[in-house]
This record gives sequence, structure tokens and C-alpha cells, in this order.
Amino acid sequence: MSANDTAKARDVSYDVLVSAHQPENVSLRGYVIGFIASIILTLSAYLLTRHGGMSKGVLVVLLSGLAFSQFIVQLIYFLHIGKEFAPRLKLMMLAFMLTVVIILVGGSLWIMNNLSHRMNMPSVQQMTNYMKSQDNL
Amino acid sequence: MSELPNAADAVEVLTRHKNYSNLTRTAKLIAKHDADTRTIFGFWVYLMTDCVLFASLFAVFAVLHNNTYGGPTGAMLFSLPYVLAETLILLSSSFTCGLAVLSAQQRHKKRVLLWLGVTFLLGASFLGLEVNEFNKFVRMGDSWRRSGFLSSYFTLVGTHGLHITIGLLWMAVMIGFVFRRGITDLVLKRIRMLSLFWHFLDVVWIFIFTIVYLFGAIKL
Repeated sequence: MSANDTAKARDVSYDVLVSAHQPENVSLRGYVIGFIASIILTLSAYLLTRHGGMSKGVLVVLLSGLAFSQFIVQLIYFLHIGKEFAPRLKLMMLAFMLTVVIILVGGSLWIMNNLSHRMNMPSVQQMTNYMKSQDNL
Repeated sequence: MSELPNAADAVEVLTRHKNYSNLTRTAKLIAKHDADTRTIFGFWVYLMTDCVLFASLFAVFAVLHNNTYGGPTGAMLFSLPYVLAETLILLSSSFTCGLAVLSAQQRHKKRVLLWLGVTFLLGASFLGLEVNEFNKFVRMGDSWRRSGFLSSYFTLVGTHGLHITIGLLWMAVMIGFVFRRGITDLVLKRIRMLSLFWHFLDVVWIFIFTIVYLFGAIKL
């Protein structure tokens, strides 16, 4: 029995496998970090909206950024993405889902805006007036 | 990226050293771990498809949010402090749900019951606030029949509320389960899936809070 072999036998002992085979194990520290970060991000989004006093465009970009940051924080600290062992199937499913979502939401908005443009509807008010005029049909 | 110790290597070395008691335990462990991991992964796949459902509803809301048909806009209807309270309650319940998983990992029955109980109460208060808000809108005559905007609003937020209701039912069942049987491997696995579900609902709420309520308040 070589020294290398003995080391290998020890490496694959029960305890090592027990700890390695529990990839879902989580720590209190992670939850506390995630919780505090989420509260800070939520409150800043709220305060920016109520008391920010900036233009709509800037506000929308800032709020989207804050929401996205909180999404990432919760993925890491609450849903434990990145703690799993290879192959990272959870991460792959997440990436596939995000691809579908981007196509679905982006595509819908694109098609509907294009349709609205082609139907030559200048304003929501005119559409509302038109619909009201059809109400008694 | 960490790799699992290679199970085939483990079995080969243990056999060569005639370490049969470790071999049996190792084989059982790997088999159980694989089964649990597969179940939890299957649940994760369901959550991802649920995300696609919510994305469709978000797309509908994004298309219809200006179609108020002379009815109220989001800025007129929503009270931001009220929604902030809902958000913080749901966020706290997500945190306490994580604490329940931690306690379950340590096989601490009383703490699991405590944290699941707290999570249930916070979740129920969130649902109560949401139902109260819906009820107020409907009584003012601004129900889902009022406009395209309100139809899509009630569908999106209502679907989230329905998920919360089902999560609360599941949590109540788990509390009974832990109370009667203690923390077995099966219970631990189910608590892990329940916490995935609950955190997922919190993630969806981030986007409802931002897109429906905050964007609504700045009259997009």
C-alpha cells in the first residue's frame, strides 16, 4: 500500500463524503447579509421614488438597477446559486429561464409597440374616446 | 468550482482496502444524496417554469398599464407606504424561513417550529394586507372589470397572492409534520423545498414592487 493510496483512502472516508454530499448546507451569516442588503436596497428604491426629485428617465434606470441588484443578492444569499457542485444544473436552468423570459417580455413589448405604431394610434386618450363611442353597440 | 469526490474512485479504493463497513455506508449515502438532489433539482425546474408564467403576466402588464379607459391610474390608486410595509413583511418572512432551514439542518425541532410559525404569521399578515388592498379597490368600483390596466394588475398581483396562499398551506402542513414526526431526512428535504418556494416568491415580489408600484407612482 503506497502512501499516496493511504491518503486517498482517507480522503474518501465517510466524513469527507458526508460534508461534500450536502451542497445545500447554508450558514446564518449568508442569510443575515442577504437580509440587510435587501432591506437597504428596498428602502433606497422607496426613498428615491418619494423624495428623489430627479427626472423620470434617470429614476427608471436607478430603480431598475436597484431591483436587479436585489435579484442578484437574493439569488446568492437566499437561493444559494453558486454554492452547488458541478455540473451546475440549477445555474443552467436559471440561465435558460432568463433567456426565455427576455425573448418573451422583450418580444411581446416589441410586437405590441409595433402594432400600436402601425395602427396609427397617436394617443391613449383617442383610443379611450374611440372605445367609449363603441360602448353602445 | 468545487467537484464532488468521485464516487467511483471512493468505491474502488474502499474495496481494495477491504473497508466494507465504510463501503456500505458510502454507497447508501451517495444513493440517498443523489435521490434528494434530484428531487430538489426537479422542484427548481418547476420554479423556473413558474418564472416564465410570471414573466408572461409582467409582459401583459407592461403592454396594458397605460390602458386605463378613463379609470384610475396606478399613481392615483396605490399608497406607497402601505406597499413598502407589505414588502418589508415579506422580506422578513423570507429571512425567518431561512432561519427555519438552518435550525432544521441542526435538527433543532423547537427552533424549526418557532421560525416556521413566525414565517407563517408574517406571510399571513402580508396576504391580509394584500386582500385588504384588493377589497378597498373593488369597493371603490375599481375592480378588474374597470380597465385593461386593472385587469392585468389584478391578474399579476393576484397570481402572486395565490402562490403565497398555497405556500402558507404547505407551511401549515409542514408545521404539523415537524410537530408530530420531528426532523427526519424527509422533513429536512421538504423544508428545503418550501424555503426555495418562499424565497422565489420574494424574488418575484421585488419586480412587482419595482415595476407595478414604484414605476406606477412615477406615472410612466
